[in-house]
Amino acid sequence: MNSAKERLVNGIVKENPTFVLMLGMCPTLAVTTSAVNGLGMGLTTMAVLALSNVFISLLRNIIPDKVRIPAFIVIIASFVTVVELLLQGYIPFLYDSLGLYIPLIVVNCIILGRAEAYAYKNPVLPSLFDGIGMGLGFSVALTCIGAVRELLGAGEIFGIHVMPESFVPVSIFIMAPGAFFVLAILTAIQNKVKINGEKKGKDMSKIQSGCGNDCMNCSDTGCAHRLYDEKAGSTSGGQMKEGEKNG
Amino acid sequence: MSDLMKVSSNPHVRSKTDTSNIMLTVVIALLPAAGFGIYNFGLDALILILVTVASTVLTEFIFEKICKRKVTIGDYSAVVTGLLLAMNLPVSAPWWIGVVGGVFAILVVKMLFGGLGQNFMNPALGGRCFLLISFTSIMTNFDCDAYAGATPLANLKSGEAVDILDMVIGRTAGTIGETSMIAIVIGACILILMGVIDLRIPGSYIVGFVIFISIFGGHGFDWAYISAHLAGGGLMLGAFFMATDYVTRPITKNGQYLFGILLGILTGIFRIFGPSSEGVSYAIIIGNLLVPLIEKITLPTAFGKGGVRK
Repeated sequence: MNSAKERLVNGIVKENPTFVLMLGMCPTLAVTTSAVNGLGMGLTTMAVLALSNVFISLLRNIIPDKVRIPAFIVIIASFVTVVELLLQGYIPFLYDSLGLYIPLIVVNCIILGRAEAYAYKNPVLPSLFDGIGMGLGFSVALTCIGAVRELLGAGEIFGIHVMPESFVPVSIFIMAPGAFFVLAILTAIQNKVKINGEKKGKDMSKIQSGCGNDCMNCSDTGCAHRLYDEKAGSTSGGQMKEGEKNG
Repeated sequence: MSDLMKVSSNPHVRSKTDTSNIMLTVVIALLPAAGFGIYNFGLDALILILVTVASTVLTEFIFEKICKRKVTIGDYSAVVTGLLLAMNLPVSAPWWIGVVGGVFAILVVKMLFGGLGQNFMNPALGGRCFLLISFTSIMTNFDCDAYAGATPLANLKSGEAVDILDMVIGRTAGTIGETSMIAIVIGACILILMGVIDLRIPGSYIVGFVIFISIFGGHGFDWAYISAHLAGGGLMLGAFFMATDYVTRPITKNGQYLFGILLGILTGIFRIFGPSSEGVSYAIIIGNLLVPLIEKITLPTAFGKGGVRK
């Protein structure tokens, strides 16, 4: 089960879809107004991701190459519909607060990206764990962002009031601009950790980050290039560009 | 060969004008309005102004120390930002509002984008809009010892009568620095006489605004209504002190006229059709964001270019 563990760590830390790959930004920015919403969105996406990865992996020898994207979308959309109905039936409050963003999971570029980059080329079991790992990474990231925004914007975490009485909520943090502030700050902290580690001589090449630096030459040296490199070298990553375009 | 000509590279004549000179002039030009604010609203206004200015200057100093950059608080631009921000706060705001706004204005809007000259929007207005969105109830509470109730603009919007003389002098509710049209115009005259700003942006802003509310204001060309709109709220402060910010205004002449007219129209839209009675801050911020586009379409033709090639 080494590959399973490797896939989980890869999804949560090494290639965290939000902080490292910078995929699935629409749900990340839109629904993380509270920690519960972030966690709900993350777990919902994880369920769809794991199931669709399994099915795409099962069908990978049947789906013709030329129509693979429509085939992926059909599979993903079916699972999204299932999950949507389940949420509506059993967790109505989450269904209400996530609203339109549940059907939009269909076009979430993490799911399409993993289908294209991993599940379509790998056996069922690693694909399942890849989906769970990526989904957990997404959940962790969304819960973190949601928790910070809820803490600053409402003084609460998971609906429990934690800030002192005199704290005046900074309500911009639960509005759209707050999502950008928090995502940028969390990514910056992560980059800072990475740069400090490099300075101390540790090998940080395994901990990648979305944009280390050098934005001007991003398309040449940044994440895009790296992903294409990986495609040649290993099984993960690769062809992510196509997923990004669709997301 | 002893009388060799001493040759140095140009420029040979240097102007004494530099950033700190200009910024200091702006500070001096803001003093009448700030002084009137303190006279109008009492000592609380002075404390709020001092706290806000201290927070902007300290933020810039600490940020540059931490990042080991050259300390630039000597150019007084942080003082201008702090002063403008404080003049956009209601006097009833607690001191920490000034600190939060000052830190946001300098740290997020200015320093993170590369410091003075790189900021894409006016830091003071960025700070004010951050506060306005975050702490709406505090930022729109204009009740204080001197005045109770709504600002003249809010009264105007709800159709009540306003005293234009009071609005011109500044004896009304509002933010610290915006109430007195006379004090602001005195400051504006200082700026114009010192050559710091010209009338292109403020002039086209005001003309554009007057034309817009004449058409859409519902009162036609009613001079009393128009002058109440001009004297009320932050329009004068915005037009002379914030829209003319060197960093965030267009460089081209035609672009400046276009920028001013655009601000006038946006302010009119926000004031007349928006839910709030005021809209100068948002208008200028949106205008700031459009500056690169304005500059792109108003780029003058280089000498020798153009004409028909045969």
